[in-house]
Amino acid sequence: MSDLSPNLIPAETPAPKYLSGLRTVLRDVMSRPSGAIGLSLVVFHVLLALTSPLYVPYDFKTMNSMLMLMPPSSEHWLGTDHLGRDVLTRVLLGGREALLVTGVATPIAVVWGGFMGILFGLVGGRIDEVLMRVVDAFLSLPWILKMLVLIVTFGSGIEVLIPTLAFFYGIPVIRIARAATHDVVARDFISAAKARGHGRMTIIRRELVPNVLDTLMVEGAMRWSWMLLAFSSLSFLGFGVSPPTPDWGLMIADARGFMSFAPWGVLGPVIALSSLIIGINLTADALAKALGIDRAQKAPV
Amino acid sequence: MLRMLLRRCVLGAVTVAIVSAIIFLGVELLPGDACTAFLERDAKGQMLENCRKDFGLDRPALTRYFEWAGNALQGDLGMSASGRKSIAELVGHRMKNSLLLAAVSLSVGVPMAIFLGVITGLWRDRPIDLFFSTAAILAMTIPEFVSATVLILIFSVWLGWLPGIVVTSASAPASEFFPEILLPVFVLAMVMMAHILRMVRSSVIEVMAGDYIQMATLKGVPYWRIVFSHALPNALLPAINVVALTIAWLLGGVVVIEVVFNYPGLGRMMIDAISDRDLPVVQAIALIVASVYVGVNLTADILTMVANPRLRTLNMRRG
Repeated sequence: MSDLSPNLIPAETPAPKYLSGLRTVLRDVMSRPSGAIGLSLVVFHVLLALTSPLYVPYDFKTMNSMLMLMPPSSEHWLGTDHLGRDVLTRVLLGGREALLVTGVATPIAVVWGGFMGILFGLVGGRIDEVLMRVVDAFLSLPWILKMLVLIVTFGSGIEVLIPTLAFFYGIPVIRIARAATHDVVARDFISAAKARGHGRMTIIRRELVPNVLDTLMVEGAMRWSWMLLAFSSLSFLGFGVSPPTPDWGLMIADARGFMSFAPWGVLGPVIALSSLIIGINLTADALAKALGIDRAQKAPV
Repeated sequence: MLRMLLRRCVLGAVTVAIVSAIIFLGVELLPGDACTAFLERDAKGQMLENCRKDFGLDRPALTRYFEWAGNALQGDLGMSASGRKSIAELVGHRMKNSLLLAAVSLSVGVPMAIFLGVITGLWRDRPIDLFFSTAAILAMTIPEFVSATVLILIFSVWLGWLPGIVVTSASAPASEFFPEILLPVFVLAMVMMAHILRMVRSSVIEVMAGDYIQMATLKGVPYWRIVFSHALPNALLPAINVVALTIAWLLGGVVVIEVVFNYPGLGRMMIDAISDRDLPVVQAIALIVASVYVGVNLTADILTMVANPRLRTLNMRRG
C-alpha cells in the first residue's frame, strides 16, 4: 500500500484510509458466514467466467439433430437442449457476457452517480432542487421501459448495453450519494475546510468522498445485483444477448417450452444465475453490516 | 398543513410534467417516427411526406408536445401507429387486467408482509427470523422470471395443481382470470412481501430499542401492550412509504411476470409496442405508468403526514 499511495494522493493529504481500510473491511466481511459464503460464490463465478473457455467439453454452438433434448448422461452431464447443444457447456459459458457487461457498467454508474450526488449535495440551492426533480422524473419510469426503448433503437450489443445500464443505474446513486452528503455537509469540518479557503473539488476529494465512500460501496454491490437482474431479464425477454451466444436468461427462455419433459435445460441456468445473484447479495449484506449501514432502509428502486 | 399538502401536490404535478417532457423528447430524439413504423419499407419520398402531413408530424415539435400533453390531460391518448386505433380504447382492458393483478397481489402481500415483518423484528435472530429474512433476500434478488419459471415447473408441471399460463382473452371479465391468476399473484406478492418485510423488520427493531419502550418496560407495562400500543404505531409509519415504492417497483417487475405467464396486461402491451416500434403507444403507456408512480408516492406522503402528528406540526412550523 505504501508504495502505491504517493502517486495517487498528494503528499499533504492525511494518511489515506482507502486501501488499509479496504483490507480491514474485507477481513470483517470474510469473518461473517454470509460474507464468506457470498464472496466465495462471487469469486467462483468470476474465475469460472474468466477460465471456462479453456475447459468446456463441447463447442457451444454445434447443433446436433440426433441429440435433441437428451437427458443427462455420461457424455452430456446436464443433457442437451432443443437444438442438440450440450447444456453443461452453455451453462459454464453463460455468465461471461453478463459479468462483463455488469462488471464494467457498475463502477461507471457508481462513479458518475456518486460524483453528481456529492456535487449537488454540496452546492445545494436551486440547481439541486431542479436536478432532484429531474432525477425523480427519471425514476418514475420503469427501468424496463427506458432500457428497451434505447435497445430497440440502437441494438443490443455490449457497446449499447454498458452505457445504457451505467447511465440509468447511476441515477438512483445520485439520490443516495446526495442524501449521504447532506448528512456530512453541515458538520464542522466542512465549514473548517471552507474557512481554510479550499476549493469545491478539494473539499469533495478530501472531506466528502472519504465520508460517503462506505455508503457508495454498499450501493455499488446492490447496483451490481440489480443490474444483473436487469441484464438477464432483458436476455430472457429476447432483447439482450443475441443467439447463439450462451446466456443464462436466454437459455431459460429457450428451454421453458420443453420444461415438462426436459427440465434439465431450465435447472442448470437457473441454479447458475441464482447462485451468482445470491452470492452478490450475501456479500453486499455482510459489507453493509461491516460498515455499519442499514441496508433494509434503502428504497427498492 | 394544508399549504404543505398543496405544495406536495404541486411538486407531484411538476414531476409528471417533467416526465411527459422527457418521454416526448426521448421519443423525438430516436431515429424514425410513427410514419416510418407505419409505412415500413415504403417510408420514403412522397409517401412519407403525405403520411407525416396526415399525422401532423410536419409541424414543430413544441406545438405537437403541447397538443399531445393537452389531449392526454383530457384522456385522449392519440392513435396507435400500427392499427390506427384509439390508444385509450386499446389500453383500457389491459389496464384493468394489470390493476386486477396488482390489487390481488397487494391485498394478499401487504398484510402478510407486515405481520411477518413484526414477528421477525420482535424475535430477532431466532430461527423464525433467520428463515424469513433469508427467504426475503432470495425472493427480492432472484429475477422474477427465474422464480416464476421454477414455480411453474413445481406447481404446474410436476404437481399439476395450478395452470402455468393464462389463456383468457384480454377483454374477459375479472372473474374469468381465476385460477390462472394465482401463480402470477404468488410471484408478484412474494417479491413485494420481501421488500416490505425487511423494512418493517428493521423499523420494529429500531423502535423497540427506543428509550420510551425501555421506560414502559421498567414501569411494568405488559409486553403485548408495549408492542401494540407503543411500538407498532411508530414502527408501521415508514411502511407506508415502502408500500408505495413497492407498488412503483411493481409497475416494472410486472412486465416480466406478464410475459412469463402470458398475462394480457399493460406490461405485455408495452413490450409488444416497443417491438413493433409503435411509438405513440409507448409514449402513452410511459405516461400512464409514470403518473401512477407519482400518484402512489404522493398518496403515501400525504398518508404519512396525516398519520404522524410530529411531522404535521413540524411542517406547520416550516410553513
